[in-house]
Amino acid sequence: MQELEQILAEHPFFAGFESAHRHLVAGCARNHRFDAGRYLFREGESADEFFLIRHGRVALEIASPGHASIVIATLGAGDIVGASWLVSPYRWNFDARALEVTRAIGIDASCLRCKCDVDHDLGYAMMTRFLPILVNRLHATRLQLLDVYGKR
Amino acid sequence: MSTENAKVVELISPFTPRRYRVEHVQRELSDTVTLTLAPVDGARPAFVPGQFNMLYAFGVGEAAISISAGGAGNGAFVHTVREVGAVSGAIARLGVGAMLGLRGPFGVGWPFLSAVGGDVVIVAGGLGLAPLRPVIHAILSDRNRYNRIAVLFGTRSPVELLYRHELESWRQRLDVEVEVTVDHADAQWHGHVGVVPSLIARAGFDPQRATAFVCGPEIMMRFTVGALRDAGVAAQRIYLSMERNMKCAIGLCGHCQFGSAFVCKDGPVMRLDAVADILAVREV
Ligand SMILES: Cc1cc2nc3c(=O)[nH]c(=O)nc-3n(C[C@H](O)[C@H](O)[C@H](O)COP(=O)(O)OP(=O)(O)OC[C@H]3O[C@@H](n4cnc5c(N)ncnc54)[C@H](O)[C@@H]3O)c2cc1C
Ligand code: FES
Repeated sequence: MQELEQILAEHPFFAGFESAHRHLVAGCARNHRFDAGRYLFREGESADEFFLIRHGRVALEIASPGHASIVIATLGAGDIVGASWLVSPYRWNFDARALEVTRAIGIDASCLRCKCDVDHDLGYAMMTRFLPILVNRLHATRLQLLDVYGKR
Repeated sequence: MSTENAKVVELISPFTPRRYRVEHVQRELSDTVTLTLAPVDGARPAFVPGQFNMLYAFGVGEAAISISAGGAGNGAFVHTVREVGAVSGAIARLGVGAMLGLRGPFGVGWPFLSAVGGDVVIVAGGLGLAPLRPVIHAILSDRNRYNRIAVLFGTRSPVELLYRHELESWRQRLDVEVEVTVDHADAQWHGHVGVVPSLIARAGFDPQRATAFVCGPEIMMRFTVGALRDAGVAAQRIYLSMERNMKCAIGLCGHCQFGSAFVCKDGPVMRLDAVADILAVREV
């Protein structure tokens, strides 16, 4: 547990996080290792864990029937993977696949949701970290859609 | 030559194209070629990375095109041209041996000597890698004077990777970090997917000591600047290469005006704090 707390403290997502809150989150955390090609989660499954990548690279993919999956983004060390655990009905909207050996901390979603319900300060601290990430990803997707490198 | 004549020559010379011959054509992408241009009369002038020439397709017109390298033995200019309209199309279709007119070099270059002793972050989007290529050459040929170097390149898709072999050779060096990302991947692509600003937070550089050189579509530069600022790079150490349509290229006609500055002579490389307000304005 102490080791996990230390790892969380070193992850950029928890920079400036109160140590009491980090302690609560660490209670829901466990270590993961995904070999290249393994899925962290798949579309439609229930979103009962999210991941903080420590090393490695993960592709977010959308399966397209009859075609190869479309990679929409790749994430690496320091990134978080997965936000569907925050929003009911807590189902993944895409696949997340390790592109190389990936080490991550998984946070049990129902455990953390309960703690956030009880301690709203913790919930607020989590939200203030998740929302900027979600907004940045939304902006990035919009920029991708704009096809900025095409002929104007 | 009389003093009067000398004055006339001095006055008209920036407007008079000199003849250059296409020595080599390299197809880069379906709509993009790299031309090596050798002077027909005399030697090619010196240039600094970041400057551009006005290339004149005889009978069609002129376009501003960045210098993407100095040719081998300093005898030529190298330009990478994307076909977008009449002039760029005519230039891009020239074959080996064809002639064109060239005025330049114009503009100010990348102030890479100001980065000596610190880290360098180079962020390129699409064809924006062309004006950055000579500064990458200059920095890598003088590698010991810089600390960490990161080259971050974003493009539309794997088939639109400009200078693919050169990127691979830079990547093989152990003294430079090269990251390439595409907006849209295919199944064969194993690299990063996502927009180029997303690479900034993960790149290895010290924001307090880094100088950033950025070139690409304006919207990509806006997002890149945001990510560099978020990472802690000061506006005074972020440089952008701005593109505005050129006519005279020497600060006379006002075609390229950007606020109170002229992109042709005060740029195209400009410091972020000088252009930040205008960068946020639409349709300047
Ligand atoms: C400082 C500078 C450096 C440049 N370096 C390069 C380079 O290295 N390689 C290169 O291929 N091009 C470069 N350009 C852009 C190039 O000058 C234009 O693409 C060219 O003038 C287009 O002329 P055209 O007659 O072929 O197209 P036009 O018929 O004038 O235009 C065709 C289409 O291209 C668009 N267009 C025109 N000019 C630009 C521009 N500046 N940027 C984006 N879209 C434009 C128009 O809106 C139109 O949709 C540079 C421009 C500047 C100002
Ligand atoms: S192009 Fe004429 S003032 Fe710049």
